[in-house]
Amino acid sequence: MSWLETFRAGIEAVRAHRLRSLLTMLGIVIGISSVILTVGLGQGAQDEVKDQISALGSNLLIVSPGSSTSSSGVRGGFGSASTLTLQDATAMADRYVVPDAAKVAPTTSGSTSLTAGETNWTTSVVGTTTAWLDVRARALSSGRFFTAQEVEQAADVVVLGSDTASELFSFGSPVGQTVTVDGTPMSVIGVLASSGSSSTGSSEDDQAVMPIGTAKQVTGGSGSSVSTIYVEAGSAETLAAAYQEIDALLLNLHGVSAAAADFSISTQDSLVETANATNQTLTVLLGGIAAISLLVGGIGVMNIMLVSVTERVREIGLRKALGATPKVIRRQFLVEASVLGLAGGVVGVLIGTVGAQVLPPLIDQPVSVSVVATLAAIGTALALGIGFGVYPASRAARLTPIDALRSE
Amino acid sequence: MTASHLDPPIIELTGVRKTYRSGSIEFEALRGIDTGIDAGEYVAVIGPSGSGKSTLMNLLGCLDNPTEGHYRLAGEDVSEMSEAQLAEVRNRRIGFVFQQFNLLASLPAWRNVELPLVYAGMPRAERRERAIAALGRVGLSDRTENRPGELSGGQQQRVAVARALVTEPALILADEPTGNLDSGSTADVLDLLDELHASGRTIVLITHEHDVAARASRRLIISDGRITSDERAGVTP
Ligand SMILES: Nc1ncnc2c1ncn2[C@@H]1O[C@H](COP(=O)(O)OP(=O)(O)O)[C@@H](O)[C@H]1O
Ligand SMILES: [Mg+2]
Repeated sequence: MSWLETFRAGIEAVRAHRLRSLLTMLGIVIGISSVILTVGLGQGAQDEVKDQISALGSNLLIVSPGSSTSSSGVRGGFGSASTLTLQDATAMADRYVVPDAAKVAPTTSGSTSLTAGETNWTTSVVGTTTAWLDVRARALSSGRFFTAQEVEQAADVVVLGSDTASELFSFGSPVGQTVTVDGTPMSVIGVLASSGSSSTGSSEDDQAVMPIGTAKQVTGGSGSSVSTIYVEAGSAETLAAAYQEIDALLLNLHGVSAAAADFSISTQDSLVETANATNQTLTVLLGGIAAISLLVGGIGVMNIMLVSVTERVREIGLRKALGATPKVIRRQFLVEASVLGLAGGVVGVLIGTVGAQVLPPLIDQPVSVSVVATLAAIGTALALGIGFGVYPASRAARLTPIDALRSE
Repeated sequence: MTASHLDPPIIELTGVRKTYRSGSIEFEALRGIDTGIDAGEYVAVIGPSGSGKSTLMNLLGCLDNPTEGHYRLAGEDVSEMSEAQLAEVRNRRIGFVFQQFNLLASLPAWRNVELPLVYAGMPRAERRERAIAALGRVGLSDRTENRPGELSGGQQQRVAVARALVTEPALILADEPTGNLDSGSTADVLDLLDELHASGRTIVLITHEHDVAARASRRLIISDGRITSDERAGVTP
């Protein structure tokens, strides 16, 4: 009996026992779609973080206060006395001391309340220099960024994030208008283009960017300390060199040994790594849940295949009496189990992928479908179906025809 | 049918015993059977219920193995064959008709009939043609697409007969084929067996009804696992 013939007979048998086939497939469908969705959730969270980090700019070094053993590079030092100063930033910008740093943007961070007419809005304040726009790879949707002169004079000018601008000015262009910050009127000279980060409510689009001196007056920062210094290396190749140069410079300036460093330098890669390490726990947890649901699906498949084979021992006996060899019988059940497993797998993948499209807006979490996890889930379901379907069938195939025929 | 003693007997049983074991209980269903059946004979095996008739037929059909003794089918010792060889022997040489019909409920009549041809490796188109021809021979040309559930008992048994003759086997084994049928259907099925016999096939018919056995040219009477009488038509009434 040829494979084609066996395959045809397998599909026929699946169709002949519709309800049983559906029940068998149900376990596989649930298992596979939940694997796709749970792994997709973990993957989606990782991708989102990666997106956010790459949205910071390119070839970026992020210098933060505090030793490298304290994690969370971006926000390190927030609220605590900073060990990084404006002088550090100025030294880094020196072409001769740090030749591989293309641009340096020191930033302070804080938060304050802005008032435009009747409207109040609390947002984060970023104090920085002219280089910020390039280093952070941002663009303006209208107006202009502040000039070096305005930075020097700590002029009362502000550039608003796109969300901030629309919160404060529902009508007309914000550029040229005035916002009051802590009683000081400031003129809005520009609005940032949206960062394009997919996540909603990203703080990247809700902030007020001002000259660093101005921000210090507003948020009351101490002396010349800064919270983060962003450095853009000239290219990906010079990133490592820039890292070494800045490390050496700061150790020298602060007069500390490498072991006692009071600052840390992260690259985007290292940030991604740190974030992934955190996400790993989530992914493992979700993967565990998915594996359990796949296992439960597999047990369902096993159960129904066992019942189905037991039910059909008489059929096996008859087929043997009419000339089927044990090999042909085993093949028949192999094909049936594979057809069921594959069909269930395909439906499961369909439901999983549709779910991955439908779910994110509902739960406000991105879901990205992982091809590897999908293939592994199908493989597992197939293996379970085949294993548990073929084992009892090959046992039945070894019975003498008469024992099989007599069984009830 | 002529010169039958010149040909080797198609069936040769020597010292065949069959013991069933269920747990510690043993039951000897066949207690030493020695007989031969020539090609072209029509043999009825008669005996009361539980005498071992079905056990004997299962051995003749290579559906089960004897506990002791030898069975030669067309000169070959069956007990030395592998599973695959036995499957081929059943497929090529033997046609079965069971009391319970043993049709697959999910398949239409012609698909049931073509099953032995599937295992013989015949191409699909030819199988269909021969299955439909076989159904024609049993008078069911208009029922080829019906599933067994849509047929009467007599029609189902005729489908089973069509399945038994579709491979043109030399030997047809029928175990109480009329046991579940009314008298009209019984006559139909027995007429079919007569026809098959007339076309040269060897037939072994198992029954406990003497009027059914009367059609055969030879009667083996079996009781408690032994052959107690072997009568040929015309020799003994
Ligand atoms: N699988 C089996 N296990 C145990 N005993 C069996 C089995 N099959 C048949 N027997 C016993 O063997 C005897 C002969 O059975 P069987 O050949 O079916 O008789 P018949 O067909 O003449 O009615 C009976 O007593 C029956 O109970
Ligand atoms: Mg019987």
